[in-house]
Amino acid sequence: MTVIDISPSVMQFLLAFIVVAPLLGALAALLPAPPGLKGKNPDQAVLRHGVTVTGAVLVAAIVLAAGFDHDHPATMQATTDISWIPALDVRIHLGIDGISLPLLVLTALLTFLCALYSYFKLPAGPSPKALVALVLVLESGTLATFAVLDLLLFFLAFEMVLIPMYFLIARWGGDQRQAAAWKFILYTLLGSVVMLLGLLLIGLKSGTFDMVALATDNGRGLTTSVQVIAVLAIGLGLAVKTPMWPLHSWLPDAHTAAPTVGSVLLAGVLLKMGTYGFVRILLPVAPDGMRTFAPYLAAFAVVGIVYGSLACLALARTGAKGDLKRLIAYSSVGHMGFVLLGIATMTPTGVNGALFANIAHGLITGLLFFLVGAIKDRYGTADLDTLAGATGAALYGRAPRLGALLAFAAVASLGLPGLAGFWGEMLTLFGAYSPAEGLSRPAFRTFMAIGAFGTLLTAAYMLIVVRRVCMGEHAPHSRLSPEEQAPQTPDGSEPSGAAGSRPSGSAGSRTATTPQLADIHPYEAAAWTPLAALTVVAGLWPAVLLGLTDPAVQQLLAGGKS
Amino acid sequence: MNADLSPTATSPLAHAPATTAPGTGDAAGSLLAADAPSVVQSIDWLAIAPPTLTALAALAVLVADLFLPAHRKRLLGYATLTALAAALAFLIPLRSGDRSTFCVTSGAQACSYTADHFTVVIQALVLGGAFLTVLLSLDDTRELPAGEYWFLLLASASGAALLPASRDLATLVVALEVASLPAFALVGIKRGDRRSSEAALKFFLSSVVATAVMLLGVSFVYAATGTLHLTEIADRLDDVSPVLDTLAKTGVALTLVGFAFKTAAAPFHFWVPDTYVGAPLPIAAYLSVVGKAVGFSGLILVTVIAFPSYADVWGPALAVLAALTMTVGNVAALRQNATRARSAVRLLAWSSVAQAGYLLVPIAAAAYSSDEQIGSTVAYALMYAVVNLGAFAVAALVARTHPGNRIADYRGLYATRPLAALALGFFLLCLAGLPPGIIGLFAKVTVFSAAVDAGLGWLAVVMAVNVVIALYYYLQWTAILFRTPDGAPEKTGAATGAPASAAPPRFRAPTPLTTAIVLTSAAGILLSGVPQAVLRFAAVSLF
Repeated sequence: MTVIDISPSVMQFLLAFIVVAPLLGALAALLPAPPGLKGKNPDQAVLRHGVTVTGAVLVAAIVLAAGFDHDHPATMQATTDISWIPALDVRIHLGIDGISLPLLVLTALLTFLCALYSYFKLPAGPSPKALVALVLVLESGTLATFAVLDLLLFFLAFEMVLIPMYFLIARWGGDQRQAAAWKFILYTLLGSVVMLLGLLLIGLKSGTFDMVALATDNGRGLTTSVQVIAVLAIGLGLAVKTPMWPLHSWLPDAHTAAPTVGSVLLAGVLLKMGTYGFVRILLPVAPDGMRTFAPYLAAFAVVGIVYGSLACLALARTGAKGDLKRLIAYSSVGHMGFVLLGIATMTPTGVNGALFANIAHGLITGLLFFLVGAIKDRYGTADLDTLAGATGAALYGRAPRLGALLAFAAVASLGLPGLAGFWGEMLTLFGAYSPAEGLSRPAFRTFMAIGAFGTLLTAAYMLIVVRRVCMGEHAPHSRLSPEEQAPQTPDGSEPSGAAGSRPSGSAGSRTATTPQLADIHPYEAAAWTPLAALTVVAGLWPAVLLGLTDPAVQQLLAGGKS
Repeated sequence: MNADLSPTATSPLAHAPATTAPGTGDAAGSLLAADAPSVVQSIDWLAIAPPTLTALAALAVLVADLFLPAHRKRLLGYATLTALAAALAFLIPLRSGDRSTFCVTSGAQACSYTADHFTVVIQALVLGGAFLTVLLSLDDTRELPAGEYWFLLLASASGAALLPASRDLATLVVALEVASLPAFALVGIKRGDRRSSEAALKFFLSSVVATAVMLLGVSFVYAATGTLHLTEIADRLDDVSPVLDTLAKTGVALTLVGFAFKTAAAPFHFWVPDTYVGAPLPIAAYLSVVGKAVGFSGLILVTVIAFPSYADVWGPALAVLAALTMTVGNVAALRQNATRARSAVRLLAWSSVAQAGYLLVPIAAAAYSSDEQIGSTVAYALMYAVVNLGAFAVAALVARTHPGNRIADYRGLYATRPLAALALGFFLLCLAGLPPGIIGLFAKVTVFSAAVDAGLGWLAVVMAVNVVIALYYYLQWTAILFRTPDGAPEKTGAATGAPASAAPPRFRAPTPLTTAIVLTSAAGILLSGVPQAVLRFAAVSLF
């Protein structure tokens, strides 16, 4: 069953286009705009170029999803297989199945929304030309990670995102951006070089770098000791990226320093590359090695869940000077813990749950980072204590729609049934209840209990955040009436300098009065609505996603036997 | 091998067709062999054309220098360029890699000069490196004695081109000295510059020690085996009489130590930074690429061809040396202060020490698995040559406005020279091995896979850590390129008294330098798209 019939060669072209177009777009962004496309000024022209390219990629991704044969999500579709470097046996092998398709569409969507958002709200920093080029390279690398089926190409794509993300943080970031950018790139690079060794070990010992062939083989060509070493090496690289506790410490710094767009992409898509690697490479290629490490992985995962939640609770406390972005970054550590727990169970239920939680986290955390970025722009700070003041930031009163959306994203994040966050956590916990054969049941049930306790903690801090940011005393007409506030609701082209100069005034006046804030702008609504809508859709109709992933997961775990 | 190719390879230059590789029973070969067991060796002129042409050009340039008026000296530079291009062109008919000459006419099959694939590739690297060095120096030679400079460069290049083809120890040592002796003079050619003389002296002393040690080793090996031909040595080392065993072992060890000096492997690397900093910038580039290639090809020849039976000795030794070299180089590069004078060249010098460590890895791996691992060194060396020369070319460009050549001078290069900054960023990321420097990444992958394939897991891990350390300083430099320049751009042309013709605020880059940058970046980008072009050497046996 396909939504629309598309011939295989067109599907092939679409997938290749999705990977290559952002790269060409990045090159084009560096060149001067052609006549006729100059726009009002060069900055605007290049930002519009970014929106156009990411938009085209998104359309291509949606058409690809529509042309995807949903009856056979376990088979690779839209495949291209060209020899590239025969000396290393590297092939340009592209293809998508039910596991990679949702991630591909999520990436294309989030990048497009980021480009759209920056078109109206340019992050403070140097010329947007480089920003657009970097975001496009980043997109290309992420999409390639999900689309390639060759181990070395996967590594190449995995590395491709490092340089753009480094520059995004180091040049458009906030305080401590240099240190945070260094921490980010050194951690992930150390991880990925070790991962390269593992990938080479697998490739050299089994004689192929082709993921499909390796997955079909299901580790039969590799001895257990090779698998154990390979899983240790590759898993380390992927765990840094995911990030798994205790290798997570780069994430809060990177998120706190990164600009909104960087945070959204980092949380929304970059972290998924790590977990995708676990599912795509480690589970099918080295199942014996994975079985050895699964209990440890699960243990680290639940520690991550509890640790992330406790860190968030500490940050959300009054007087802790917690940064909202840092808090959401820690909550990401917790959520990725659930994803890792699901993968560690090595059961279809758990892995499906992990993949679902992956997508849900991308949608919800992407939305949360957008919202926190917007709050930071309006208040000039993301510091929870400064925001909340004595009683609370009173977002409900001052910007009702923004407040409502924040509350929505928060409850989605804590896993309210009916929203996207719920299914992933539930399925991973189910998976942990009865893990795969050969894994210790008591251990995993303990992990399940701890994980379930983690969901309670998540609920606790999310509700504290909602109470402190959205509620509070609000005196709407004490000094500034909404009419006087009109200049404070400018259109998107507001110069970034104004955002920086405002906080001193608003912070001082808020103690006495709480002025009305700009509610959601149309461009913000445009960027956020798709995320909110998809959160609801995925929550109410999980079969859309699970129908795609389940057959593919079954096949990966069975090693092409089914 | 390749016996079927010899008819096509005959050319007017080759009086006597190549005495082809051992074991070819083709008609022409047997006809000649039957001719007469003369002791006069036949010479395949085409096979030896690249080094010979370079050497002849060196003499011609030296003589022409006497007759050219001062304002015409520039022509010498272009003559040098042409000679090197011609020598490179002579590699094209040799690319089938099946020629050898100066063979012994009686007894076993052994030749002193072989133009196999390894030779052709390294000769292309060496001559290409010299070609780019000439481009870098064309505008710098105003202050230097032009005729001597070009003569020394060509002479050194001819030695470097001869070395990979040598298949006996005497030719090897002679080629090594022909390559190194002019290099001492080149390092010290800045007359009246104290640093330059000091650099030359340091380089000279360390190199002479290396040569002395190596000659001692060579003589021991000769004493133990009674032959100088590498293949013969390999045969006879297998059954050295027990009395001479110690002698043979000592000889092997001393020969290797000599080559370790030449490749600047730790702990014999201490001369590198001072020599590079003191030498004229193009010569530093030349040493970092061609000088290294000379050391490495010599090391490969003696280890893989002459001493395979001692693989259990030199394999672990080279592995340890590789780990030590890359660590020392990277840690020292990491500690460079960006504001110190000449820190850019100093950093490139230490980074070249570290890169030498990576180059050693496949040679060490060859001891554990097969000779094919050598190809990884060759592929990596080709990548490194292109990229490192490119980085030096941009450094030479920046040095024209900032003679201090500090890394801090590169701040905001993107604002003043966007293309040069992008090129340097690309070269540095290639050296670091990160996308968009895809060729650098895959060259590292071949080295890694050589180590993993040979079971040298620990070495692969050490290298992995080193790659991360190296990334820090390469990326730091790259990041500086794109920072906003601090303060107003100072008027450098007048302040420095640079010989450049009346430097306006926006200084025009000289054409040869631009050509060098364009050539290297084009090569780097092309290779990133088609890594197979160099990586194919990693998959085949080159001998």
